[in-house]
Amino acid sequence: MVLQPVIGIEVHVQLLTESKVFCSCSTQFGAEPNSNTCPVCLGLPGVLPVLNKKVVELAVKAALALNCEITRRSQFARKNYFYPDLTKGFQITQFDLPIATNGYIDVDVSENGGEAKTKRIRINRLHIEEDSGKSLHGEALNVEGTSLIDFNRCGVPLVEIVTEPDIESPEQARQYLLKLKTIMQYCGISDCNMEEGSLRCDANISLRNEDGSLGTRCEIKNLNSFRFAKRAIEYEMRRQAEVLEAGEKVKQATYGFNAATGKTFMMRTKEESQDYRYFPEPDLVFLEVDDDRIEATRKMMPELPDAKRERLTKQYRIPKYDAMVLSTSQEIADYFEKCASLHPNGKAVSNWVMGSVLGLLKERNIGIADCPVSPTRLAELLNLVADGKISGKIAKDVFEQIVETGKSPEAIVSEQNLGTVSDESAIADIIREVADKRPDLVAKLQSGKLNVLGFFVGQVMKRTKGQADPQIVNQIIRKVLLKE
Amino acid sequence: MGLVAWVAQNTSLVFCFFANISFDGAAFRLLFSRTRASKSYCHFAGLLLNSGAGTSFLRKGNQTFHVEERLKDVCRLGISDLSSLIARGGLSAVQAAETAIERAQSNQTELNAFVSIDEKGALARAEALDSLGVDARAGMKLFGVPIAVKDNICVKGGRTTCGSQMLQRFVSPFDATVVRNLTDAGAVIIGKTNLDEFAMGSSTETSCFGPTRNPHDTSRSCGGSSGGSAAAVASFCAPCALGTDTGGSIRQPASFCGVLGLKPTYGLVSRYGLVAFAPSFDQIGPITRDVKDAALLLSVLAGHDPLDATSVDRPVEEYSRLLDDDVAEIKVGVIGEHIEAEGLTPAVKSTMNDALKALQDIGASISQVSLPSLEYAVAIYYVLGTAETSSNMLRYDGVRYGHRASGFSDLADMYRKTRGEGFSREVKRRIILGTFVLSMGYYDAYYERAQRARTLVMRDFDIAFEGVDVLVGPTSPQQAFMIGEKVDDPLLMYLSDIFTIPANLAGLPAVSLPFGKDADGLPIGVQLIGKPFDEARMLRLANALMKRNCSS
Repeated sequence: MVLQPVIGIEVHVQLLTESKVFCSCSTQFGAEPNSNTCPVCLGLPGVLPVLNKKVVELAVKAALALNCEITRRSQFARKNYFYPDLTKGFQITQFDLPIATNGYIDVDVSENGGEAKTKRIRINRLHIEEDSGKSLHGEALNVEGTSLIDFNRCGVPLVEIVTEPDIESPEQARQYLLKLKTIMQYCGISDCNMEEGSLRCDANISLRNEDGSLGTRCEIKNLNSFRFAKRAIEYEMRRQAEVLEAGEKVKQATYGFNAATGKTFMMRTKEESQDYRYFPEPDLVFLEVDDDRIEATRKMMPELPDAKRERLTKQYRIPKYDAMVLSTSQEIADYFEKCASLHPNGKAVSNWVMGSVLGLLKERNIGIADCPVSPTRLAELLNLVADGKISGKIAKDVFEQIVETGKSPEAIVSEQNLGTVSDESAIADIIREVADKRPDLVAKLQSGKLNVLGFFVGQVMKRTKGQADPQIVNQIIRKVLLKE
Repeated sequence: MGLVAWVAQNTSLVFCFFANISFDGAAFRLLFSRTRASKSYCHFAGLLLNSGAGTSFLRKGNQTFHVEERLKDVCRLGISDLSSLIARGGLSAVQAAETAIERAQSNQTELNAFVSIDEKGALARAEALDSLGVDARAGMKLFGVPIAVKDNICVKGGRTTCGSQMLQRFVSPFDATVVRNLTDAGAVIIGKTNLDEFAMGSSTETSCFGPTRNPHDTSRSCGGSSGGSAAAVASFCAPCALGTDTGGSIRQPASFCGVLGLKPTYGLVSRYGLVAFAPSFDQIGPITRDVKDAALLLSVLAGHDPLDATSVDRPVEEYSRLLDDDVAEIKVGVIGEHIEAEGLTPAVKSTMNDALKALQDIGASISQVSLPSLEYAVAIYYVLGTAETSSNMLRYDGVRYGHRASGFSDLADMYRKTRGEGFSREVKRRIILGTFVLSMGYYDAYYERAQRARTLVMRDFDIAFEGVDVLVGPTSPQQAFMIGEKVDDPLLMYLSDIFTIPANLAGLPAVSLPFGKDADGLPIGVQLIGKPFDEARMLRLANALMKRNCSS
């Protein structure tokens, strides 16, 4: 019995602002503990929050990028609970009236190696909230029984993005997260750096009952990588299925995920869940976003991944798959486009970018901004190949040398005399030398067995150290040995 | 499930985190107890309050009097007279500060108006002012004027206790915006005044520093929660003080102490640095002895503050400029529900009659208006106000600052003990009520309904203000009550704010004017309520009314 999983995802994205959401403290990651704090984010008696305008701008941008409806008059609320790293005893968030609702993301998912299908995942809401501080406990400090709190993160702006329970598989969940991250990065909304916690993910999972009704859901908190998210969902699906198969009922609860064991563990049951006693934040006024502001933001929006993919496919005549890979990051797409503007064969450029360039980045674990081969250099290299000045095989070597030396492809080719041997008489001489050594094969060839042609081509290539153009060699062999 | 059952079910009260209250079945007694502890209070001799006209000697010239003689009367001077006297060199800022401090100190045993008196800081500040040249003094409206500040308003470097054990040693690292406005205008803060704990109360009895006594009769309450400020001004420790008003906390003590208390329109004065009690109601305002001073002080306090999102961006008015203009065109509405309310003492009734007569005398047109929703004002206020309070008090958890209990077993135990020890009964009572009205399953029935009812009150005011410019009624149903009389009877205590709460619900400006006295010499206040940001007109009427009262 395979039960259909029903998955919803909540993501917290840290907004790329210089200062915090309700005060002017820096949001810089990794600063000396408690150095980025002030009376406001420390929640001292008498302080008041003032909303950072940049936060609103980025939230509206995110809402537009996720095809949401923007609430013209949204409201902040207090979520009340006790926790040492929560300075005011409440988190300022949005509850009844979030800044955006009803959006969606389309993701392409190929299940079990099948053909990719587009799946629309609806977004229920997007709202602005503040982050809390960070508690450090004994073990981490090498001081048993002591807990310290770093409030640098307290008041850092977040948007929470909540999907409808539209996700039907762990892989869809992973693809949703990847797409969301790409969109956020495209728009400069967040750097989505998971190590620094600027993208955090919780998943809600239930199994659909046989009659189609929804089962009891469990939440898995703090999934701090996309791979873990997928694994945690897979594990949780199995766990729930086992519970049901054993004739028991799934209990609504919140779980954590242990990446080391690959298992989820229970944190609290529904009965233990808190009543947050949300109510409108009296220290802040309604957040008004009018049409002018939305239009102004819309004008500032960059081309989004889906649109870029469409355009790249058409403009450069490259396969949809290539366009998708290239548009996973704006920088990679920009690199491709810069190169493709200097070299006419789009497919050749995408092959090289997806192969050599991305391979190099992965090998060196660097971003494309740090790629030692600039798009201009790559275009120069491809132009040499296209003009027949070097062979494709040599081009790979030249690429390696650009990486090592940073020299231009022309310089490398001329210095090392790597240019294609296109002197027909020189190639003909070599062919004759080879032919003298293997009269048997010459006879075979001349008797019409064209499959030995490859041997002669190979020999010539070997003797010219790959600098000859195989097609030209082929023609000359036919001319010299077959008198064609 | 009602409150009793709810409290019983949540016996551990994880949401509130108190330790030292027992909830077993008797919770209702805790909340609405009518039992009263019998307490006896010493009766101090009432202070002799001469009504000597402080301004008269000025007219005779600065050089006529010996300094000592002058200092005796300095305390009785109004703000503008005092500041111009100091600015012109007739008196030094240091002399003014010394006089005020000396008076504050000597009254302290009897009145307990102050939580702290900052002699050193005030004198240093006064010295700095004295060293300023004529040009620098020119723009300062409060040059050298001693002022007392309620102790829930942050003043950098000194203690800001809110009258609570929780913050008994808390030192704020910043100045409230109003404090900056005051010091920029040349005022000298002489100390912080006593208040009900976190401003929750109407008698200044819930302060952990003990009650402040009424200067007119020290066996009586000075009102509250800004009782210390009202008593300080009434006893001539300073010509003016800052109070805060959430449900009447400026106006009711002003009425009890025979001084003027002004609650500005919500949003006119910055709340940054005011320790929140119920943020959608809280406003800071002046307590003075006359309208002119209140107007002058308000023009210093008012103004847009980028640190307060609820502060309104509009040009600051010179409220004292048109005070003496004609009031004949001002249409006054008498609040029927207030003037005919049950429980008004005969003295309050007769004072109201005097006030209405005075209004007629000065030519104002008077009509009676009805605001039916005011019946619900106290109920609305105690649902919404306690809801906000329960949230605002969460930060006092012993983790970062303020009181922390010693000897706890774990985090929850630290919360329980810290909050159990740090808060008094009144604060706990309001936290429990507020937690209840916001809880799942009760939010709609209480908070949401009260919020809707609040808009009805606003609408009633809107309708009333279509026909009139200023509303008039009593500030309080009675004169100052005895200390200990109501402190154990929360409902009775809550009802003493019945006439002041509506202005807070609607965010309107309101002022309590000292207008009469009963046979025992206890002051009685008259309340005017104005349209939003229409303080100028309201104060103009107040000025005419008080002048008429003095001359009759």
